[in-house]
Amino acid sequence: MKRTPLQSGLLYLGVFVFAASVLLPVAWMLISSVMPASELTVKPLRWWPQHADWSRYRLLLTLGENTPGQTFLYALRNSAAVAMTTTLLALLVGIPAAYALSRFPRGKDWILSSVVATYMLPPVALLLPLYQMLARLGLLNTVWGLILVYCCIIMPFATWLLKSNFDTVPPEIEESGLVDGLSRFGVMTRITVPLALPGVVTTAIFAILLAWDEFFFALLFTNGLAAKTLPVAISDFTAGRATDYGLIMTAGVLAALPPVLIAVALQRGLLAGLTSGGVKG
Amino acid sequence: MTRGQRASPAAGQGWPFLLPLLLILLCVIGYPLIRTLYLSFTDASLNALGIRPAWLGWDNYVYALTSPDFLSSLWHSTYFTVVSVALEVVIGVLVALLLNQKFRGQAFARALLILPWAIPTIVNATMWRWIYNPEYGALNALLTQTGLMGDYRSWLGSPSSAMNMVILADVWKNYSLVALIALAALQSVPDEIYEAAALDGVPIWTRFWRLTLPFILGPLSVAVVLRTIEAFKVFDIIYVMTRGGPADATKTASFSVYQEAFTYLQAGSGAAYANVMVLISALLIAGYLLLMKRQRAA
Repeated sequence: MKRTPLQSGLLYLGVFVFAASVLLPVAWMLISSVMPASELTVKPLRWWPQHADWSRYRLLLTLGENTPGQTFLYALRNSAAVAMTTTLLALLVGIPAAYALSRFPRGKDWILSSVVATYMLPPVALLLPLYQMLARLGLLNTVWGLILVYCCIIMPFATWLLKSNFDTVPPEIEESGLVDGLSRFGVMTRITVPLALPGVVTTAIFAILLAWDEFFFALLFTNGLAAKTLPVAISDFTAGRATDYGLIMTAGVLAALPPVLIAVALQRGLLAGLTSGGVKG
Repeated sequence: MTRGQRASPAAGQGWPFLLPLLLILLCVIGYPLIRTLYLSFTDASLNALGIRPAWLGWDNYVYALTSPDFLSSLWHSTYFTVVSVALEVVIGVLVALLLNQKFRGQAFARALLILPWAIPTIVNATMWRWIYNPEYGALNALLTQTGLMGDYRSWLGSPSSAMNMVILADVWKNYSLVALIALAALQSVPDEIYEAAALDGVPIWTRFWRLTLPFILGPLSVAVVLRTIEAFKVFDIIYVMTRGGPADATKTASFSVYQEAFTYLQAGSGAAYANVMVLISALLIAGYLLLMKRQRAA
């Protein structure tokens, strides 16, 4: 269809407004992170630093006793450990479960429904018993305690997403494997998972992003360097009395970098996962 | 399976594959849910973990449902949910329609759409808190330097604007999910129908209601319910931006539960608060499952 000049103009105006609305807040976060402290607190506000000040990045990425760098780097380590381990466990348990739900769905409708419901449950419903459980097991303020709790959010989610991925692998392909004497487990690991690999990878990425983003349980179940994750560390920075917003923005940029890079790099796969997988169930 | 249906050979299969998941869900979901239910009928306190709490019957629920504090937090959650989801849907669909057009830079614009979605919630909340800063915030500076506003405002500091400003920050991040889903659905709309309708002189508004909307309604409704459930349990953005203030103006139900249990250490009434929320969420979740079933049947 040909567009009139007016239509083209409106279209590009719309695109411009959209792009600006997405980019400006993020750009301001980036600029704030390299703006010298003296320029961040002047009126009228300056929009561009006279010279970029990278010291905050150095500060956060250098390990030292009782420094913001220590808080940040420990939180980074904890976030990475929790996200990776949880995802691994979720796949180990979720893949067989999703396979069974996809291949033998009879009489198991309620399981899929409860898996979905579990994922959507408000976390406050589990808060107090989980707190008591972790306290009794001595797992409060440990990475393992957090991993245990995250499994209850991420396993159902992974199972749900994996199930819809396994549904796209035609069962006929598996039959030759069964004829050749493979067990059901063998068929799953040697035929179905390799064929559904893009979906499995997408699920893993979603699981990592979800764990990276979680705040509620991390806030309540951790209180020190040993287990605090990035979101909690960042919210602590915000609560400090002498708030250095430049430093907080730097922490924000660094914490957002991994998920943003992953999302942009894997855009196609994630889009497919968002639309076909999690959403249609 | 209903009676009279013949069992397929596969009916009993697959259980060993499901066992680990079911066991874990039973321990970390089933047990806590039942335990929360139990706690909600007792006077349990968070600083007396070892002591056996006394049974109170329905007292905590009566307390919850007559507490102006908790009821107003339920109202705040409802307001937050309705306004932010409505905005996310309208903006999400508009942006999806826009990015579905052919134009130069389309691939880049679509890549941009995933940016807000990928930014962690806490980072988003922190970023907006800085933008809204009453003294040095970019929003005040922008609006006064362009002459749109005479004086600086304390966006998050005044009860009348705080909730709407939090909603704005939430919408900025979350409309992208709606837009991404709508955009994917739009791509399944065949071009020919459109071109024919356009040639026949069907006005653009009618084309949207009669042609586009029916195509995207299914996936869109799923996205709406998903966002509704998410928005109803909102906690993190509130915690970072306002901690429920000023004057409790942004205190949502999740925040109320958190306060009752962890600030006032009232585990029993906290659990009752939580269960009221669970009940409301259960209705929303049931709606979601129903939609999903209908989608699969369609």
